[in-house]
Amino acid sequence: MSQKVAIVGAGITKFVRRAQETGKELAWQASKMALDSCGLSLKDIDSVSLGTAPDAFDGVHMKGEYLSDGSGGWRKPYMRQFVGGGTGVFAPIHGWMHVASGMFDTCLVVCSEKMSTCYPHPQGAFLTIFDHTTEQALDPTLIWIFALEYNRYMETYGLTKRDIAPVSVKNKKNAMDHPSAQLPMDITVDDVLNSELLAWPVNRLDISPASDGAAAIVLAGEHAAKRITDKPVWIDGVGWNLDTAYWATRDLSYPRYVEKAARMAYDMAGIKEPRREIEIAEPYDPFTYKELHHMEGLLLADRGEAPQLLADGVTQRDGDRPMCPSGGALGVGNPISATGLMKVIEIFLQLRGEAEKRQVPGNPTCGLAQAWGDLMQVGTVVVMRR
Amino acid sequence: MELGKFKLGGTQLKQSDIDRGKVLTLAQTPDLEYAWDDGVAIGRYLEELKNGKIIARKCNKCGRIMIPPRMFCELCWRATDEWVYCKDTGTVNTYSLCHVNWDASRIPEGEPLHLPALIHIDGASPGMGILHVLGEVDPDRIKIGMKVKAVWKKPGEREGSITDIMHFKPLRAARKKSKKKKSGGR
Repeated sequence: MSQKVAIVGAGITKFVRRAQETGKELAWQASKMALDSCGLSLKDIDSVSLGTAPDAFDGVHMKGEYLSDGSGGWRKPYMRQFVGGGTGVFAPIHGWMHVASGMFDTCLVVCSEKMSTCYPHPQGAFLTIFDHTTEQALDPTLIWIFALEYNRYMETYGLTKRDIAPVSVKNKKNAMDHPSAQLPMDITVDDVLNSELLAWPVNRLDISPASDGAAAIVLAGEHAAKRITDKPVWIDGVGWNLDTAYWATRDLSYPRYVEKAARMAYDMAGIKEPRREIEIAEPYDPFTYKELHHMEGLLLADRGEAPQLLADGVTQRDGDRPMCPSGGALGVGNPISATGLMKVIEIFLQLRGEAEKRQVPGNPTCGLAQAWGDLMQVGTVVVMRR
Repeated sequence: MELGKFKLGGTQLKQSDIDRGKVLTLAQTPDLEYAWDDGVAIGRYLEELKNGKIIARKCNKCGRIMIPPRMFCELCWRATDEWVYCKDTGTVNTYSLCHVNWDASRIPEGEPLHLPALIHIDGASPGMGILHVLGEVDPDRIKIGMKVKAVWKKPGEREGSITDIMHFKPLRAARKKSKKKKSGGR
């Protein structure tokens, strides 16, 4: 009873530092737009998959229940997914399972995030992701682990900050063409290097912002999809993987769990040569170095080679292997779970030739979106084709 | 569909909207306290920290000497076998010079930075490290690969916590020469 699954519609809000709307109002705006975009109403939806990140941001316990009405989940089979920052690509993977299994013909996938509620800054809520006994007593901040990983990545491959900063320049520039973007900017590498130093080697412009926002897609089984649209985008491969949460004992220079997730998705999609077949990608880029780190984990670059591809312009929109044509988390913003789904939506629009000014040349037929999270040891990957 | 053809939701608020009462907010600080049990493995780890020692746990199947210690080997998926004392020295695997506190507030100019590091502990299996902080070091002279040693609180002041080690300091060289030197960024 299994069936192919397509994305047939999408919706998104603006990503902003602080939204007037509540999380459920944002969820409703994105969900309604997704249904409108493909001419469906809520009664056409058989199941709902919600993704949202830590409850600590909102100060609302059981956020899945709280967001369920805005996500169209009442009186339907409804499920919340959560793997930290990986959630935004994990929620559509769950939606895919609902439909691919044959249990449902349609699934509304919604990701909503409201980070601004947490005072004085949502970064404080991240303290509790560290081990309560062996780590929290050291007063860590989330930036520590990224600074440590960034430094290890540079050390392993002999890189400098100047090799990595152009990711911020590229993505913030790409975001100037995205109508949801929170931090579109035309900046230089020196602007990144001279921005406030937060935790060497991480400067302010190396980091994506805290954001409020929501995104949604509609999934449909093969027959339903062809009835709903003549431009379905098929989810041909899904993969997810989790590495040790003893993060201090892992090789921080390479995201092996992302490779495992990617290989799972590539095998399912029949992809043998990812660098040739994946024409466009949205790797997760909450920090500059992460886009490069993830390109390598996704096997889209050799280990340590991604910065050279960046320098050569290969990852620009008009390059051979465009990365984050949307503007990514660095440019569009980073309302955690909604970011991953924004990336899925970008590939959906790019493959349909509907990405407006962001459209990459060459009529791409195959792309992927990836997210990453938990205690920096989760990789989630979706491969799409038109 | 093109995003540009839709009126997107999400209304940006400014601080002035909040200050002027355009938007009503309700603030609450939950008053919750937690008491985490140490568990078997970490309980012994903390007890040994109080004794001024770092202890690991060994799996006799894969041979890994693991720190922090654990009662089961997550790779072999079996109970671990024995306690093994490590040294209180190690190697800096990576580090940061951090100007930001846990709540995103900034460290005032001239005050010491946080110096988090991953330290691979001598006597544990290669690659086995812990998160801790560096001290008694000129931040500009910290290097990956630097040998470091734990600086313990006095025995009577230890309480069975990871902070019984105040910090790790360089075994040689790179020591802080003058207290007056400011730990500026790079």
